[in-house]
Amino acid sequence: MSSTTHRAEGTMRMSERSRRHMLAALALCFAVTTWVHAGDDRNPLAGDPKAVKAGEYEFRINCALCHGLGARGGGRGPDLTRAQKKHTHSDSEMFQVISNGIAGTAMPANGTNGQGVGMTDEEIWQIIAYIRSQEVKAPSQPLGNATHGKDLFYGDANCSLCHMVAGKGGRFGPELTGVGGSRTREAIIDSVRNPSRRLAWGLNEATKEFPQEYESVTVVTADGKEIKGVTLNEDSFTVQIMDTNEQIHLLEKDKLRSFQKSRESAMPKYNADTLSDKELDDIVAYLISVGAK
Amino acid sequence: MRGRDLLLAISLAAVAFATPAHSQVTFDRLLNSSKEPQNWMTYSGDYLGRRFSALDQVSTANASALTAKWVYQTAATGKLETSPLVVDGILYATAQDDRAFALDARTGRPIWMYQHALPGDIRPCCGRVNRGLAILGDKVFLGTLDAHVIALDAKTGNVAWDVVAADYRTGNSFTVAPLALKDLVVIGVSGGEYGVRGFIDAYDAATGKRRWRFYTVPGPGEPGHETWEGDSWQVGGAPAWNTGTYDAATNQIFWPTGNPAPSNRGEGRSGDNLYSNTLLALNADTGKLNWYFQFTKHDEHDWDATQVPVIIDTNGDSGAKHLIAQADRNGFFYVLDRTSGKLISANPYGKTTWSDAKDGEGRPIANQSASPTLEGHTVCPGAAGTTNFMAPAYDPQTGLFYVTARDQCDIFSTAPQPYEAGHAYYGSAYFPSEEAKPYRGFLKAIDPATGQVKWKFEHTSPTWSGVLSTAGGLVFTGDAEGNFIAMDAAAGKPQWHFQMGGAVYAPPMAFAVDGREYIAIAAGSAIYAFGLP
Repeated sequence: MSSTTHRAEGTMRMSERSRRHMLAALALCFAVTTWVHAGDDRNPLAGDPKAVKAGEYEFRINCALCHGLGARGGGRGPDLTRAQKKHTHSDSEMFQVISNGIAGTAMPANGTNGQGVGMTDEEIWQIIAYIRSQEVKAPSQPLGNATHGKDLFYGDANCSLCHMVAGKGGRFGPELTGVGGSRTREAIIDSVRNPSRRLAWGLNEATKEFPQEYESVTVVTADGKEIKGVTLNEDSFTVQIMDTNEQIHLLEKDKLRSFQKSRESAMPKYNADTLSDKELDDIVAYLISVGAK
Repeated sequence: MRGRDLLLAISLAAVAFATPAHSQVTFDRLLNSSKEPQNWMTYSGDYLGRRFSALDQVSTANASALTAKWVYQTAATGKLETSPLVVDGILYATAQDDRAFALDARTGRPIWMYQHALPGDIRPCCGRVNRGLAILGDKVFLGTLDAHVIALDAKTGNVAWDVVAADYRTGNSFTVAPLALKDLVVIGVSGGEYGVRGFIDAYDAATGKRRWRFYTVPGPGEPGHETWEGDSWQVGGAPAWNTGTYDAATNQIFWPTGNPAPSNRGEGRSGDNLYSNTLLALNADTGKLNWYFQFTKHDEHDWDATQVPVIIDTNGDSGAKHLIAQADRNGFFYVLDRTSGKLISANPYGKTTWSDAKDGEGRPIANQSASPTLEGHTVCPGAAGTTNFMAPAYDPQTGLFYVTARDQCDIFSTAPQPYEAGHAYYGSAYFPSEEAKPYRGFLKAIDPATGQVKWKFEHTSPTWSGVLSTAGGLVFTGDAEGNFIAMDAAAGKPQWHFQMGGAVYAPPMAFAVDGREYIAIAAGSAIYAFGLP
């Protein structure tokens, strides 16, 4: 193809160019006004098949890392095909959440997650159009018995020895109050059946690329004392550990006799013999019931 | 050692006295930067790209006594990637959103500040970042996220001239520290993620008039145009967003380029896609191409070859060699003859799975199975690369090339995507591979003569910090956990560290004022300067 079909502005007459610029500016004003008004409830691009397709590209670049290709949820983010969402109901709420993130969760503000290039307002609306197009009605009867799941969590399954939910339980493992609202059912089940496959995230520092993970650690101090625990944080020179008795140890690496990390999770692997599928469904139902609040 | 320090202090003081503060930065001074080691006048500290300081007051003998001298809070948020300049006691640097400032280099106290007014709808790729300024004459030069090139008065920060290089609404932007040489300011565009047509520009430093432009994607009728399918060249990317180097002897600029667009999809742009992921040797006066070397042909993994190409001269048994070396994002360390552009060696310096073979010239070529798929599959290195924009260092004393490296693999997926002006144009996405964890980060010392890694220091996690080497036998680098670390250049053993409280995305540099050596680096949202007590 010749170059004359491309970058037409170089060959455009001045008057025509000015007119087009003016029209473009007017169109932009109109679009912005429309969006501001639409901000009350509805996506101005709702149902537009072109916007849905464009939103799918944007979703792959900006969202799929955590929410999975197809928005069905990844290991880190919730399934967005659920019509009932925890943090957003209306399109405008979804717009706010995508723009600003959700404080206190792994959901970052637009353009700050290191993935992709950040989105324009129009692209955010396209993503919302895409998410709406993927939504399916949640099953009418949730799987599992939440009441029984709560009994198991605090009782025979021993979850609460290490995990806290709503202020009750242990500190050694990740806090799980919100997990039912921010992870898919499949991801929660996988983390119980295969806890080492995808280590849970711990501290997420503001400027650091990767969050701390729940790595297991064994150290021997200079006086020969062995400490087993999880890393709360670590750098090249120091490590902060919580041991199984919930004691925090602040250690300098060059003063240790040995320091060994492992990506074998401190969480025991629950197979079907120790926790049946039915029992696990009940526990997940409990976590979802708490997480949805 | 004490006597030597004293001598250095006296000689530095003499240099400072001989050069009146705030004198003009002539091209001659830039060309002979090694004669004034107290100053750091270009992005890499010299035209060769070595990021090597001849200062040796701080050395392996006393590094453990280093202490913070001052901290300047920029109050900017996001990644601070700036590499400061220092000339005659004044430090010039930038922060996010195109702000520039001048500080008293002894204390960090600001002298002036400039904030460019950015439109609300800029299209930055990877943060609202800036990597620094260039200086020439009485001006400093800033490239902006809305694709302006701006000259500021070095004494006041007032705008001397402001030109628009390209339309930011189609994804053009500047994040690079420009390179000033002769009477020119050379700058390369960003925007490979938006399908820009990449270019390198040279502007008259006095007036802002554009002297030449080299399009990194050849147009119809130009050599290399045939390496693009159909109209794909028009949105072919090949940006030029990191600072190149300059060889005065041959009057050549060496400038590296980035990925073809869309980054994850080769379908629709079959061919080598020149001059993406290429080292360009351009005539400094005219911008005409002398030679080129393409590192990754027809890239589908976002492996911009925008790493600083370092000029190295050696004089071994086989005679003088005029080399240029680059640790590439694709995981291979390349050494070229910079007279001809001919490849001398290419060796992996990190975990790579994309290439098992080399072509006739010795260039690693991609396995067919490395191409991204619809559902995605794992390739190493990941899109972040074995290294990236983090500035490397070459130490003429040890003869080693120091580079920040990471072992990380990504899942690369691809899907058809129509080009739409001003919208991200990736052709799908890449994600860090959970199975390939943990990702590991290193400082590696490579011997350019053999391409072998002589030593490596493993960080707790991968870092985006650059590297500085000094005549004091030290290399300095930062980590993602916020430490600034001094190591001995020969073996990579830490001598000292300081916790700065924020991750490092910038390279260190060194300067001296009043006979005292300082090492400076940006971390978190602040700039730190360190020295001896």
